[in-house]
Amino acid sequence: MIKEVLNIISLYTLPLIVVIIPLYAIFKKVPVYETFISGAKDGFKVGVMIIPYLVAILVAIGMFRASGAIDLLSAWLSPILNKIGMPAELLPLAIIRPLSGSGALGIMTEIASTHGADAFITKMAAVMVGCSETTFYVLTVYFGSVGISKFRHALYADLISDFASIVFAIIISNIAFS
Amino acid sequence: MGYIWVFLIVVSVIVAIINGRITEVTQAIVDNAKLGVEISLSLIGIMAFWLGIVKLAEKSGIVTFISKIVQPITNLLFPEIPKNHESLGNIAMNVSANALGVTNAATPIGIKAMQEMQTLNKHKDTATNPMCTFLAINTAGFQIIPASVIAVLVASGSTNPTEIVAPTILITLLGTIVAIITVKILQRFFPIKDEGKKDD
Repeated sequence: MIKEVLNIISLYTLPLIVVIIPLYAIFKKVPVYETFISGAKDGFKVGVMIIPYLVAILVAIGMFRASGAIDLLSAWLSPILNKIGMPAELLPLAIIRPLSGSGALGIMTEIASTHGADAFITKMAAVMVGCSETTFYVLTVYFGSVGISKFRHALYADLISDFASIVFAIIISNIAFS
Repeated sequence: MGYIWVFLIVVSVIVAIINGRITEVTQAIVDNAKLGVEISLSLIGIMAFWLGIVKLAEKSGIVTFISKIVQPITNLLFPEIPKNHESLGNIAMNVSANALGVTNAATPIGIKAMQEMQTLNKHKDTATNPMCTFLAINTAGFQIIPASVIAVLVASGSTNPTEIVAPTILITLLGTIVAIITVKILQRFFPIKDEGKKDD
């Protein structure tokens, strides 16, 4: 039941928005086509604007992943994490989550195929991925789109709350799935 | 950001030397520089489309309407933004789109919100408090439908992929509260530096 409702919501939200907004605009006598075009013109500007910011951060993250630093970090931290009920295999996932969305989904797929889709560890991995964002990417794109290079406390605050989300994910998964 | 960026690069090279993975790291520079451009360019189409739709929402008064509805919450979270400012409506739409897992609409709307907040910014290269608060809420990732994760679970043959929905809602709700508290506390320790540039 819940599954069907969620499916319907995720299937129809987007088309519904795309229908309702232009219809309402016509009703309000807004020149729809001209207005749409004048907004859409900004798309190119934004896309080009974020290039240097995205190149800077993706290169740094790519180097970090290629160097094997994540495995090293995992090896150091795993004894501590085992004590709080987090399987050591999930640590690389936790480290990569704020850095790369596709990387995180990749690790999750790997965990699902080694342990099975219904395993406890897979569910915990899924919750961890679903509960946080690709923080570095989001900050880079959003700030980059308006030309901001001084983030002040944004990155620190977001990494602290990412960490909190992981802790919540571990605790609540342990309660919900075991 | 500068320190973390340099830290990532320096650590990568040192670890690569120890691990004997220097070729991989060098290759990663080339690949990811290319990836950065590819992602940016591939965003242009969908970005243009949603910025067009958002413009319609703006001109027809939908954004202002949403701004008014969410005012009790946004006044608390973004005291620096004037009442009924368009950015508030876009912030609300961005958070809703993310919550419903409509990511490709959420990003352009979020960027629109940033652009509007940027008009209130006196130091164009520096993040303002409302921007940081907005991004803290955004990256805390409040989710009702974790679409991409459910997709992976379905593809892996999970018997009950929507089982993760309830925990996800609870965790991201808690995470969002922590994010708001953290960002509000930290903002006191990161004042905007005035570098004696022209102030307009």
